[in-house]
Amino acid sequence: MTALLDVRGLTKAYPGVVANDDVSFSIDPGTVHALLGENGAGKSTLVKMVYGLVRPDTGSMQFSGAEFAPGSPQEARAAGIAMVFQHFSLFEALDVAENVALGMENPPPMRKLAQQIREVSETYGLPLNPDRLVGDLSAGERQRVEIIRCLLQDPKLLIMDEPTSVLTPQEVDILFQTLRKLQSEGTSILYISHKLEEIRALCDDATILRLGKVVGTADPRTSSAHELAAMMVGEELKVPKARDHALGDVTLRLDGLSVASPGAFGTSLKDISFELREGEVLGIGGVAGNGQDELLGALSGEIPVAPGAVTFKGEAIGHLGPVARRRRGLLAAPEERLGHAAAPNMSLSENAALSGWLRQGMVRSNLIDWRKARSFASEVIASFDVRTPGTEVPARALSGGNLQKFVIGREILQAPDALVVNQPTWGVDASAAAAIRQALLDLAAGGAAVLVISQDLDELMEISTRFAALNEGRLSAPRPAAGLTVEAIGLMMGGAHGMEVAHA
Amino acid sequence: MDFGSINPVLLIASLMVASTPILLAAIGELVVERSGVLNLGVEGMMIVGAVTGFIATVETGSPALGFLGAALGATLLALVFGVLTQIFLSNQVATGLGLTLFGLGISALMGQQYAQLRTPSSPRWEFFGLNEVPVLGPIVFNQHPVVYLSLILVVAVWWFLRTTRPGMILRAVGENHEAAHALGYSVIGTRFAAIAFGGACAGLGGAFLSLVIVPQWTDGMTAGRGWIALAIVVFASWRAWRVLLGAYLFGGISVLQLNLQAAGFAIPVELLSMSPYLITILVLVIISSGRGRASGQAPASLGRTFHASG
Amino acid sequence: MQRGPILIRLEKRAAPSRVWAWATPLVAVLMTMVAGGMLFAFLGTDPVAAIRTIFWDPLFGEFAFFYRGQLLIKAGPLILIAVGLALGFKAGIWNIGAEGQYIIGAICGAAVALAFYPLEARWLIFPLMVIAGALGGFLWAMIPGVLRTRFNTNEILVSLLLVYVAEQILAWMALGPLRNPEGAGFPGSRNLRQYESAANNELIAGTGMHWGVVAAFIAVIFAYVLLSRHLTGFHIRVAGESPRAARFAGVNPTRLILFCLGVSGALAGLAGLFEVAGPSGQISIDFNVGYGFTAIIVAFLGRLHPIGILLAGLLMALTYIGGEAAQATLGLPAAAIQAFQGMLLFFLLAFDVSTNFRVRFGARAPA
Repeated sequence: MTALLDVRGLTKAYPGVVANDDVSFSIDPGTVHALLGENGAGKSTLVKMVYGLVRPDTGSMQFSGAEFAPGSPQEARAAGIAMVFQHFSLFEALDVAENVALGMENPPPMRKLAQQIREVSETYGLPLNPDRLVGDLSAGERQRVEIIRCLLQDPKLLIMDEPTSVLTPQEVDILFQTLRKLQSEGTSILYISHKLEEIRALCDDATILRLGKVVGTADPRTSSAHELAAMMVGEELKVPKARDHALGDVTLRLDGLSVASPGAFGTSLKDISFELREGEVLGIGGVAGNGQDELLGALSGEIPVAPGAVTFKGEAIGHLGPVARRRRGLLAAPEERLGHAAAPNMSLSENAALSGWLRQGMVRSNLIDWRKARSFASEVIASFDVRTPGTEVPARALSGGNLQKFVIGREILQAPDALVVNQPTWGVDASAAAAIRQALLDLAAGGAAVLVISQDLDELMEISTRFAALNEGRLSAPRPAAGLTVEAIGLMMGGAHGMEVAHA
Repeated sequence: MDFGSINPVLLIASLMVASTPILLAAIGELVVERSGVLNLGVEGMMIVGAVTGFIATVETGSPALGFLGAALGATLLALVFGVLTQIFLSNQVATGLGLTLFGLGISALMGQQYAQLRTPSSPRWEFFGLNEVPVLGPIVFNQHPVVYLSLILVVAVWWFLRTTRPGMILRAVGENHEAAHALGYSVIGTRFAAIAFGGACAGLGGAFLSLVIVPQWTDGMTAGRGWIALAIVVFASWRAWRVLLGAYLFGGISVLQLNLQAAGFAIPVELLSMSPYLITILVLVIISSGRGRASGQAPASLGRTFHASG
Repeated sequence: MQRGPILIRLEKRAAPSRVWAWATPLVAVLMTMVAGGMLFAFLGTDPVAAIRTIFWDPLFGEFAFFYRGQLLIKAGPLILIAVGLALGFKAGIWNIGAEGQYIIGAICGAAVALAFYPLEARWLIFPLMVIAGALGGFLWAMIPGVLRTRFNTNEILVSLLLVYVAEQILAWMALGPLRNPEGAGFPGSRNLRQYESAANNELIAGTGMHWGVVAAFIAVIFAYVLLSRHLTGFHIRVAGESPRAARFAGVNPTRLILFCLGVSGALAGLAGLFEVAGPSGQISIDFNVGYGFTAIIVAFLGRLHPIGILLAGLLMALTYIGGEAAQATLGLPAAAIQAFQGMLLFFLLAFDVSTNFRVRFGARAPA
């Protein structure tokens, strides 16, 4: 059997970093092939080369036995390759049919296309209305748009980049059934992920990347998750440990918090209530786009709300802005590192001053003492092992993991009484993620209240005292994290969002 | 008050004429903005169109070639904007302002020897005597060809954006340039085409001013029409039909205030002269205060710089 | 830009190049001289003579003693306005209607002076004029400010459209309420330079130094401290870099918009007041000569940095003076200088790419 796709010695270098170094692997027809690796291992660059978005510096590919060097995604699509992007390649102000048409080489007339979308979505159990605006769809529904766009082209190879990061466990099950159905029809799938259990459940072969190089291949069905993890990370991971400590009084309370989303396609928060105690870690799960950004904004003070909706240490603070909340000891670290938690082109010491000037005493009679800002930045860098040439480099020069450590460290070192973080380890390599989780646990052990909003359920199970889920702007009742099953969590996250199982 | 001296039929016919420069410039800018580019240099492109159109007409004796020259001249200037913002990734707001300042200067320079001249007038179409029909005649059947062209352009832009695949790609690029790039569409190429179209339209609008409305060349003769065109695109919520409505509304106000000035009403001339600008501001306020609806309909990538990082 | 046989590629720098940040304006000036020279040659003027007349003679030529004084007179308002604009531009707030604020400031200041005429009380009248000028510009800039913060109306368009409104008010004032009753019916107000209590004359004869220039220098120092040390200045920079990060930092966008528009309006108003009471002397229909627009170029040429603006303002003043000289001696059209200034902005914006990107020529050779 000749391979469907045969990749030989692909290398791609960017200034200062070799994204892919002599990478080779092959995919057989009708198989699901996993590309496994940490964030920054070079998975995305590799599939971009297969999809014609990036040209390799050296190396060659064969597709269906013929030389293959796509100069554009159009060529790749013409050859029979389709791709579902991690960050969707969708257009919110356009409707579903238009979005599908944009991903096809020769789309039929719109009315016919809408009919085809209905048929395919019926066949694969992915209900979708072609006339709806994509901006009004949930994350799971958006993924269906991407998948249907691919399916309509009868691809020989379907590339899926981290497809489950936006799905509930139940939706993941349905996705896997769809993928197995495709596989049984002869389609090969290149499945990119860093989630080991998924790969063990779905894939036939696995190629493991680390720092741009292939470090091994494995049969995921016979390898243990531990073996795969060891190959992927290259070292034994320290699993964060929670120290046993008693919980204190309630410090942060939300009472019927409702927020209209500021954005056109955002999610409004509806009647959210919970209590958070000193020393407690409350984990809030949920699929992206269910109100996470809005919740963080309402807690950080960026979105003002009714005074009584947020109570901190017995004081109604819903109407107060970020500075007043920091003064009282309520700190936050948003999800988006570049452009929200940090200003990309400003130096680390300026970014240290961004949220730290008040509590670190950098400002006197409205004048900033830049020496203090620098020394605070140095302190964060030293305490959180931030790899950087110095305090005066711009934030965007740091890798994602290092900047995330800086951002989290900046808030933790200000000794908050309560800290709210959104996606603290998103896009961060495993060792940095472990360090960040440990720091959050230590903060809680010291008596602070910690609220972690995350889409990574494993992370939440690892560090949370209690767990709740956001679903369409509503928060489920928090439950003790210990002993929660995946099914229970999935139901808290909204189950399968009205999807039906594929007609097998 | 006595409006007896103002003939409503002539008023409508002349408001269509007065609106045409703004309509042309606005429909061009609409396409540019739908592709995600904010070109604030409309005023500069219009004035360059006005002067190149004038010069071309004087030199060739043909108004048609004049309009062609205007479109070319303004397109050339628009392409400077394109090169700066799309290739050199300069700030679109600053570059657009630069375009206007440069356009005002270079047009004054080019037009120096042409200030006192007149051009051969270009005939209006008369449609086999249909222009003699009362009321409808002067409005529908007795306009300058470019007035018809401007209306055709509105329909064409509407049709292009709504139904054609290139139109859909252009909207996609304006909505999310990263995604459009990931799907293999040329963001920069699409935007260049849109910028060039916007330039050509603005140039035609400027030439209509210097060749038909005034018709003469004077420095700075566009007098803020480019800015009003920009405001009309916002007013129109980036929709072609509403651009037509907006342009005719403002054309109507300009014509009305001129008529009032001529009729000698006891309103200070300066107050009447500033009314189109004041009303533009007022309308902008009304549109934008509608609970952010206008901003919600703006192309999501509008004004953002695109650089494919790989 | 990654595909195909391409000639120019841009690679984003990890950190902005400090060298290029300062070199860009110089390269832009040089390139403008070359391109401008070509333009002048095309117009039939000897390019070398033109460049020398514009850039060299006013400083070191035969009549330099006359021109040097002019330098500060022209640079004063440009710097004063540009410093204010730069604050807003840094924060992503685009006041491009400084010309209108300049006009209104001048009208308000002149109106105060004319209201007191012929009373002589400089200690009272001149300070009142200064306040009125700043207040006039401030209030005129508050129109786009309030509309932006209350109704989310685009401040670029409103501030610009208000220039045309201000010009109409100017015409009305020059022909109506402020017209010189003893002016034999000519449009224009009394000449304030001949009114002791209101005149803003040279402080040191022959230098061109008047109160407006002093104000410009003070504004430069004020802006420098604000941007480098003050919390508000820090917030301005963060807001321009990243509006969301600014919100996270606790910046109140409404207050920031009003502050930036208010300061730039007040400074433009001041510039107008000092101009009408000094170099221009009277409110007339063509009182404004485009300082408010040229100041936009000055602000960018000076990298939105107060010291840079100081230098850029002087350079731009030089092109004005040199342009006038070239007009007189070489017959270079007046508009040429305006085109020249626009070109300068283009080159600046084009070369700016070098600050944040590394420009590589030729496609990477496949190894």
